[in-house]
Amino acid sequence: MRFTRECLYADCEETSLYQLIQQLFSIVGRGTLLTVEAIFLFPYQVVNHRARKEFLRQAYVVGIKSLPVVTLVGLFIGMVLALQVGLEMRRFNQEYYIGAGVMISSLREMGSFMTGLILSACVGSSMAAQIGTMTVNDEIAALEIMSINPVRYLVAPRLAAMMVMAPLLAFYSCVLSVVGGGIVAKTQLSVPFMTYMKIAVDSADRYDLFVGLFKALIFGVLITGISCLEGLRTTQGAVGVGRATRQAVVVSFLMVLVVGYMVTRMFYTL
Amino acid sequence: MIRFEQVTKILGGQKILDDVSLTIEKGEIFTIIGSSGSGKSVTLKHIVRLLTPTHGKVFVDGIEVSAAEGAELEKARSLFGYLFQGGALLGWMSVFDNVALPLRERERISEAEVEKRVMESLKMVGLENDGHKFPNEISGGMQKRAGLARAIIHRPQIILYDEPTSGLDPVTARTIDALIHRLNAELGITSVVVTHDLQGAVLISDRIAMLVRGKFVEPSTPEAFIKATHPDVRAFLDAQFIPPEGMAGQWQSAVAVGSKTPRTKE
Ligand SMILES: Nc1ncnc2c1ncn2[C@@H]1O[C@H](COP(=O)(O)OP(=O)(O)O)[C@@H](O)[C@H]1O
Ligand SMILES: [Mg+2]
Repeated sequence: MRFTRECLYADCEETSLYQLIQQLFSIVGRGTLLTVEAIFLFPYQVVNHRARKEFLRQAYVVGIKSLPVVTLVGLFIGMVLALQVGLEMRRFNQEYYIGAGVMISSLREMGSFMTGLILSACVGSSMAAQIGTMTVNDEIAALEIMSINPVRYLVAPRLAAMMVMAPLLAFYSCVLSVVGGGIVAKTQLSVPFMTYMKIAVDSADRYDLFVGLFKALIFGVLITGISCLEGLRTTQGAVGVGRATRQAVVVSFLMVLVVGYMVTRMFYTL
Repeated sequence: MIRFEQVTKILGGQKILDDVSLTIEKGEIFTIIGSSGSGKSVTLKHIVRLLTPTHGKVFVDGIEVSAAEGAELEKARSLFGYLFQGGALLGWMSVFDNVALPLRERERISEAEVEKRVMESLKMVGLENDGHKFPNEISGGMQKRAGLARAIIHRPQIILYDEPTSGLDPVTARTIDALIHRLNAELGITSVVVTHDLQGAVLISDRIAMLVRGKFVEPSTPEAFIKATHPDVRAFLDAQFIPPEGMAGQWQSAVAVGSKTPRTKE
């Protein structure tokens, strides 16, 4: 299970399509191993008081870094949804049901999806940049020499923090979307706020909520795994750190889209 | 103590080390010189398996580190202190916490004991008043000295120094040379020093070798080394104004700046 950092380097320069595909699979494999190892190290996060402190620090960083953006995005997504859906529904005199539309779409998709994108951009990028800088400065090597497993010391607390914070942030963004939708319903479509809220709350479904939060959890794991892997396999100095950061964000975005669809497909069948 | 057996390392399609065989004895100061990018850091990293040879084997104290895993590798690594080229301090911790890290993570000792040993170590490198500062608040030379304090804190048997004096002012550089010499002379610590600074190397080393195009040229005593005729070695010596007949006399006074026990070569 345990591997040295060296095996994260991509030694060969990609020349043929075959080698590229081979490299892709090996990177996916390493990322999976890295994540699984970090999950196996969670008990240590609970037992050791320094590790616990580091977990709290990371949770704080994740929350604080993304909170303003999640707040704004949550509000505006709700507002846009209410406006678009409301205009359409008004044609059939059904604008009183906007609440249901906003609630269901944020719980099922928008909450976790937007949180995933925001976490990729705000948190994933800085994880890749920080760990990448540590890699090119030999700080990871220094940890290894001191027999401090970088996966335990760096990856595990970040992963734990993300797994806790991503669902919380997704839930928070759902709440704000519903509130934002309510504001638009009241001001643009003259639906009374309480009526809107009642219909929204009535249409909230526990299954939708759990699937949405589960998706956010999966996004948290993916983003952390991808960003830490990109950080750890950084080579070639400052240029490499830039490349690792960009790579981490791009791959995380794509994964949020693709895996998000797959999870949805798993829980909602026609 | 440390043995390279026909080690070849290919990085990015380039042969950085080419069939290197080398033995470093217990208790000696072995200095590696060479131009930038010649693979000196790569050589050091092989000793503690931060890099694995493409071909060949590396042994430390009878353990084949190039194939060791898990507990065995950890045991081998615990023999070492490693001063990285840039210091490699963790940016979010103070100098004190950085130096304390190996003790806190590895040894079950009281916080008072940790503090005592950290202060001792910081004093050795002349940073006893800078423990509370963060790595980005101190100069590159101070970061390097803090890295040295961290490398010696757990009392290793072997210390690997990657350019310990580059970027330091000449007086501090001689102090560090003297410290390397003292750790070796008083505690018998085997030392592998990578440096560009031949003046210092000639003063403290037992043997010097130059890395040229992936191969080590003439590991030999300083006296023999400065008389070398190999064109690359000669160019390196001439660039630092070291004539084959040496500069006896001047050296002793230089080392006396930093050390109470200047070593007499000759
Ligand atoms: N991880 C790596 N991947 C590819 N090339 C590397 C890597 N590490 C070092 N190199 C190359 O190996 C050569 C030697 O590097 P290094 O040992 O750091 O030189 P120096 O002698 O200055 O310490 C350089 O050309 C460097 O580009
Ligand atoms: Mg180097």
